[in-house]
Amino acid sequence: MKKNLSQYWKKNLLIMICLLAVWAIVSFGCSIFFVEQLNAIMIGGFPLGFWFAQQGSIYIFVALIFIYFFLMEKVDKDFDVDD
Amino acid sequence: MSLQLMTYLVVGATFAVYIAIAIKARATSTGEFYVAGKGVHPILNGMATGADWMSAASFISMAGLIAFNGYDASVYLMGWTGGYCLLAMLLAPYLRKHGKFTVPAFIGDRYYSNTARLVAVVCLITASLTYVIGQMKGIGVAFSRFLEMPYEYGLFIGMAIVFVYAVLGGMKGITYTQIAQYCVLIFAYTVPAIFISLQLTGNPVPQLGLGSTMTDGTYLLDKLDIILVDLGFAAYTAQKGSTLDMALLTLSLMIGTAGLPHVIARFFTVPKVKDARFSAGWALVFIALLYTTAPAVGAMARLNLMNTIQTDEVGSPEGNLSYEERPTWFMNWEKTGLLQFEDKNNDGKIQYYGPGEEFAAKAASYGWQGNEMVKVDRDIMVLANPEIAGLPNWVIALVAAGGIAAALSTAAGLLLAIASAISHDLLKSVFAPNMDDKTELMASRFSMAGAIVVAGYLGLNPPGFAAQVVALAFGLAASSLFPVLMMGIFSKRMNRAGAICGMLAGLGSTLLYIFIYKGWFFFQATAMLPDNPANWLFGISPGSFGAVGALFNFAVAFIVAWSTAPPPKHIQQMVENLRIPN
Repeated sequence: MKKNLSQYWKKNLLIMICLLAVWAIVSFGCSIFFVEQLNAIMIGGFPLGFWFAQQGSIYIFVALIFIYFFLMEKVDKDFDVDD
Repeated sequence: MSLQLMTYLVVGATFAVYIAIAIKARATSTGEFYVAGKGVHPILNGMATGADWMSAASFISMAGLIAFNGYDASVYLMGWTGGYCLLAMLLAPYLRKHGKFTVPAFIGDRYYSNTARLVAVVCLITASLTYVIGQMKGIGVAFSRFLEMPYEYGLFIGMAIVFVYAVLGGMKGITYTQIAQYCVLIFAYTVPAIFISLQLTGNPVPQLGLGSTMTDGTYLLDKLDIILVDLGFAAYTAQKGSTLDMALLTLSLMIGTAGLPHVIARFFTVPKVKDARFSAGWALVFIALLYTTAPAVGAMARLNLMNTIQTDEVGSPEGNLSYEERPTWFMNWEKTGLLQFEDKNNDGKIQYYGPGEEFAAKAASYGWQGNEMVKVDRDIMVLANPEIAGLPNWVIALVAAGGIAAALSTAAGLLLAIASAISHDLLKSVFAPNMDDKTELMASRFSMAGAIVVAGYLGLNPPGFAAQVVALAFGLAASSLFPVLMMGIFSKRMNRAGAICGMLAGLGSTLLYIFIYKGWFFFQATAMLPDNPANWLFGISPGSFGAVGALFNFAVAFIVAWSTAPPPKHIQQMVENLRIPN
C-alpha cells in the first residue's frame, strides 16, 4: 500500500512536470523570449509570436488543465484512490 | 427610448435578479456561509470563479491597456490566465482535500502554528482590501458615467446590493449571484466586440477578426502598425519594454493569481478533489472567453480612435478631424475629463500623434506644435467603444450593466475572504474557540457587514496610492502565500520555522523593493530612488518583483527547514493524506 502511494505521487509529479514544461514553453518561450523569431512567420494576419502572446498561450493553458484532469482521473482509477 | 432610461432598465433588471437569488440562497450554517456547503457543481463553480476573478480592471481597463501598449500588454493576458494552470496542478485539488474553510486555516494546520496562520491572515486582508478599493471605484465610476448619478450614490447602491446578498447568503449567495453576474458581464463584453469585428473585418468572431483582412484587403494588425508608425507611435505588434522585466512580470502575475485567497476559496466549494481540477479547467474556459476577446477589442478600438481623428493622409490639410465636427461620444467623454483636447497650433483641427523623434521633425513641418490629445484615458476604451462604433443604445446600456456586474462579483468574493478570515481565523481560532456554529454564523455576518462598511469608506476616500497598491496585492500573494502553500503540499520536510522565515523573507524583500521606488507606505516623498528603468535593479520594475520575492521565500524556507528539526510525524502523515484524493 505504502509503495503504491509513492508510485501514485511520482506519476502525478511526472504528469505535472511535463504539462508545466509546455506551460513554460508557450508563455515564456514562444511569447516572450523567442517572440521576434516567431514573428517572422505569419499565420493569416497574425505574426506567430504575437499570436502566441495574445491568443495561443491562453488556449493552450485551457487545454493543459483539461489534459491534467483526464490523465489524473485515469491515474486515480489505476491506483484506486479516486474519491 | 433614451439611453439613460434604457440603462436604468437594464441595470435595474440585473439588480432584481441578484436580489432574487439572494433571497433563494440564504446560508443556514457556517459551512454554507464559508464554502457554500461544498455542494457547487464544478462547471457552475468555474463560472462563478470567472466572475470572481474578472474584476472592474479586467472588464474596463484591460482592453484599454492592450489598445495603448499593444504587444507589451500580453503580460497581463498571460499572467492572469496562466496562473490557473498552477492553481489546478499545484494547489486547488490538495487544498480542497484538506477540507477546511479558509486559506489561513490550511497554513495554520500544516505548519502547526497560530503565528503562521496570523501572518497569512495579515497578507490576506492586505491583499484583499487593496483589491476591493478598485472594485468600489469601478462601481462608482460606472454609475456616474452611465446614470449621471453622483459617484457616492453609485457607491452606496452598489454597497447595499452586495450587503443584501453577501450578508444573507455568504458564499452560497455569492456563488449563485456570481454565476448570474458572469452571464451579464460576458454577454456585455462580447456583443459589442462581435459588432465591431463585423464592421471592420466582416468576421463575427473577434478572436479571428483580429487576424483577418479589412475591407481594403490589408490585414487589420498590419494596418494598425502602419497607421501608428506613420504618426510617430511605436508599432502595435512590436516589443517596447525589456524582455527580462516582461518575463518576471508575467511570472509574478501568474503565481500571484494562484496565491490569491479569494480565488483559492472558490475551489473549497466543490464536492470532490477531482471536481477541483475539473472546475479549474472550466474557470479558465470562462475567463478565456473574455481574455481572448480583449486583444481584439483593444486593437479595434485603437484603430477606430486613430481613424476618427486622422481622417485622411498624414500631413495633408484636410487629413485631421476638425474640433467643431467632433462626434458626440467625444463630447461626452470630454465632460468627464477623461478625454482632453488642447488646440496647440490654433488651427481648429485635432492632431493626435506619438512621441517618436523622427516624426517630430515631420510634424513641425506640417505646422503641428505638439500632440493635441493631451489626455486619452485608457479606461474609456471599453466604455466608449460601442459609441465610437455607432452601436445601438441597448448595447451601451449592456456595457454599463456588465461593468457593474464585474465589479460587484469580485468585490463580493474579496469581502467574503476578508470576513471569513476575521470570523473563522481570528475570532473562532484565537479569541473564542468555544463558539458554537450559530454564534459563529452570526459573527461571520457581522464581519461581512463590517468589511463592506470599511470597503465603502475606502471607496469614498480612496487613498492616493490606490492604483499602485495593486502591484502590492499581487506581490504579497506571489511572494508570501503561494510559496508556503506549495511547499506545504510538495515538501514533507518543510517545517514551521522554515515556513515562517520564508514568508517573512518573501514579504520583506518585496515590500522593501516596492517601497524604495514608490515611497515608504506609498508616501511618494519618502521614495529613496526615482521609479524608472534606469534605477531598477537589473531593470526589474517594482510590480515584477513578486517572482523574485517568491524565490527568496523558497530559498530561505529550505535553508531554515533543513537546519532545524523535521515536522512532527502526524504532520508528515497529513501531507501524505493531502496527496491522495480519497
